[in-house]
Amino acid sequence: MAFDLMNIVLADDDADDRLLFQEAIDEIEVQTKLTLFNDGRHLMDYLLLPNATLPEIIFLDLNMPVKNGMQCLLEIRATEHLRDTCVAIYSTSSSEKDIEETFVNGANIYINKPTSFAALKKAIDKALRLNWQYHTSSLNRDSFLLRI
Amino acid sequence: MTMNIKFDYAFICKTIVQEQLNALDLDYDLKNLGRIEFRKKPTAAQLEQISQAFAVYGIEILSDQQGVLVQRIKDAVTVLVNDAEKSRKYNVSTFLSQELNYTYPHLSTVFSEATHSSIENFVILKKIDLAKHLVIEKNLTLTEIAHRLNYSSVAHLSAQFKKTTGLTPSAFQRIIKKRKERGITP
Repeated sequence: MAFDLMNIVLADDDADDRLLFQEAIDEIEVQTKLTLFNDGRHLMDYLLLPNATLPEIIFLDLNMPVKNGMQCLLEIRATEHLRDTCVAIYSTSSSEKDIEETFVNGANIYINKPTSFAALKKAIDKALRLNWQYHTSSLNRDSFLLRI
Repeated sequence: MTMNIKFDYAFICKTIVQEQLNALDLDYDLKNLGRIEFRKKPTAAQLEQISQAFAVYGIEILSDQQGVLVQRIKDAVTVLVNDAEKSRKYNVSTFLSQELNYTYPHLSTVFSEATHSSIENFVILKKIDLAKHLVIEKNLTLTEIAHRLNYSSVAHLSAQFKKTTGLTPSAFQRIIKKRKERGITP
């Protein structure tokens, strides 16, 4: 019943941000296996492989070359086997309009990239725990929205 | 006449398990007879379906006792939160210890160890989940919902909603409405 290993993917074109995310997730209590992608296209190619292990949460940066986070989100929500996977947007944008637009397009979580490492750890931890509660309890996933 | 037959038990068991899981449209890998690996973690509802389908053939899902108790706690909390009259009458700790025949501190410890969260947090999560449902499906006003869920005031409900979801109830309502307009269902 306790946490199993959680599979997580992150697509972010910024190498520093990927590294910080990796370090933060390594330090939290929840055991995770993180797979990193440099852009949205590589992520989507991976998710559409027939034998890919599906992640429990997909973290998406919004501004990425080739295929941006919003395009990925729309594709994920339009793909049968990915439709109910939790998507967390991980972005520097704090524009209310951007945030609401991602939620409307089917994002579950919106994390404003925090400025401190401690805050980043806390945000990831909160997102993983809450998603896990949704997965293991009879909570309504359709209305799972969280802004951090 | 009589006929002699020979059973391949391993084959029979494997076939039954496969048939049941295929019928539920699950993506899995049968590692060996006692172990099934799922490509995607089954939801609580799917686990219940699997367990029912297996029970017909006397197949039992092995689970730890602690996990079972945690599930009973969650179920009892769900009952309490959904029942306006009960939730007015009992506080959470009294209700849980009466329903499950354990002291509240024991339940609290087991729950925290297994979920890395507290029963109190789960109750809040459950109440806000119900508040969302009442806002979306029943079109109740916040005043009605606050009363229904035993909040002392609308302000208290709004504050807890914001703290739990990061969104105000009205922003939440707007997002869900737009999703419906665009036919997006995550």
